[in-house]
Amino acid sequence: MFSAKILKLLTSPLSQSNPITVQILGICSALAVTAKLKPAFVMALSVTVVTAFSSLIISMLRNTIPSRIRIIVQLVVVAALVILVDQILKAYVYDVSKQLSVFVGLIITNCIIMGRIEAFALGNKPWPSFVDGIGNGLGYGIILVVLGFVRELLGAGTVWGYPVFEKIGIYHTGYTNNSLMLLPPMALICVGIIIWIQRSRNKNLIEK
Amino acid sequence: MNKNSNAYIITYSTVMVVVVAAVLAFASLSLQKKQNENVRIEKMNDILQSIGQGMDADKAPDKAKYVTGEYDKYIIESFAVNTAGERVAGADAFALLINLKAEYEKPEADRVLPVFVSKDDNGDVHYILPVWGSGLWGPIWGYIALKSDWDTVYGVVFGHKGETPGLGAEITTLGFTGQFKDKQIFQDAEIVAISVLKGTGASAGNIHAVDAISGGTITSRGVEAMLKNCLADYSAYIKKERSAEASAVPAAELVPADSITVMINE
Repeated sequence: MFSAKILKLLTSPLSQSNPITVQILGICSALAVTAKLKPAFVMALSVTVVTAFSSLIISMLRNTIPSRIRIIVQLVVVAALVILVDQILKAYVYDVSKQLSVFVGLIITNCIIMGRIEAFALGNKPWPSFVDGIGNGLGYGIILVVLGFVRELLGAGTVWGYPVFEKIGIYHTGYTNNSLMLLPPMALICVGIIIWIQRSRNKNLIEK
Repeated sequence: MNKNSNAYIITYSTVMVVVVAAVLAFASLSLQKKQNENVRIEKMNDILQSIGQGMDADKAPDKAKYVTGEYDKYIIESFAVNTAGERVAGADAFALLINLKAEYEKPEADRVLPVFVSKDDNGDVHYILPVWGSGLWGPIWGYIALKSDWDTVYGVVFGHKGETPGLGAEITTLGFTGQFKDKQIFQDAEIVAISVLKGTGASAGNIHAVDAISGGTITSRGVEAMLKNCLADYSAYIKKERSAEASAVPAAELVPADSITVMINE
């Protein structure tokens, strides 16, 4: 159940084939919801759930899906899951669902999900597909959490809403928060920096 | 079986759509009650926060119970008024509040708007007016609590559907809403509401304005427009109550209060 091959499905999206930094998928939401750590975390969790279960369902259906309408079938499954996630968030973590608002609905358009279904779930058994979905969700999530942490810390001086910089008294030294960190363009620059660091450490990722 | 035949595709999609619809309908119905309850509790909590109560709601072990308890304790009256300034008998203010959007979509003359009256521990009465408008991505709303003179702002709370986190969404933070305290909506005999001015410190010394949120220009403008429009709808009622309030207070009480202010200012 957890052979080396399965484990690789789980760990490789975290670095080697990370959906955001290597495949450059799902950038839009990575820029939009990472101004604060908490929404970024919930978003990462929601996307992981949706990728995992949509891959699982599509993989179970893969031998019955008519190839001519397969994209529509995928879309319906993903959309249904996203609506379920949205409804559950609204019922049980109402405050966070308000913060994420439209971006939960926009998970449907996240390229990672459809990408994994097309590239993996349609040709593999349910269990590996499920693990692949979780792996890619986590690979997406880890970047979101890193971005959310850096942007919230440097942009607002807080982490998960806790005023870190105020507590350690850094403002007395004349330091001020960089509001630019809260704007989407700076998120893009941060993603760029992560990609840069990753590629300089792993030469295999550099295109010839 | 030919998976690419029309019959197969049509059957397949029909079954799929019916199954998905059934699942979603079931989920929606079973979660509906909890979601509506969340909305109701949130509105109650917002009303309380505009008068500086119910601040511990997130820490309370049972949020719903805590908020309902506080609401019953502080909100002593609620009623509805129309734009001509008359009370509307038999209208349920809370039901109107839940559907405030519908009221603002009606022509101005048909609107029925809720008013909530609170009494705090010192016996001070405040009037809470819900407001509704548009931000950058969607609706924004809020509650403005006025002191018993119907002029001075006691507190405000804002909410939004989908403003950008970290930018427009900051209208809900205390850093923004805190500025409204003690501002005045009347200039002479007319309601000017509260303006939202660009730049930190732009509103210093201005009792009719606050600072906007940098990076959240459209949302800030939305807040300004919302306050102006909605207070205009209440204006007939506010003016009526204000003149009643002013004539009810004995002149002798007013004079010393004013002279104290003057002395401090000098």
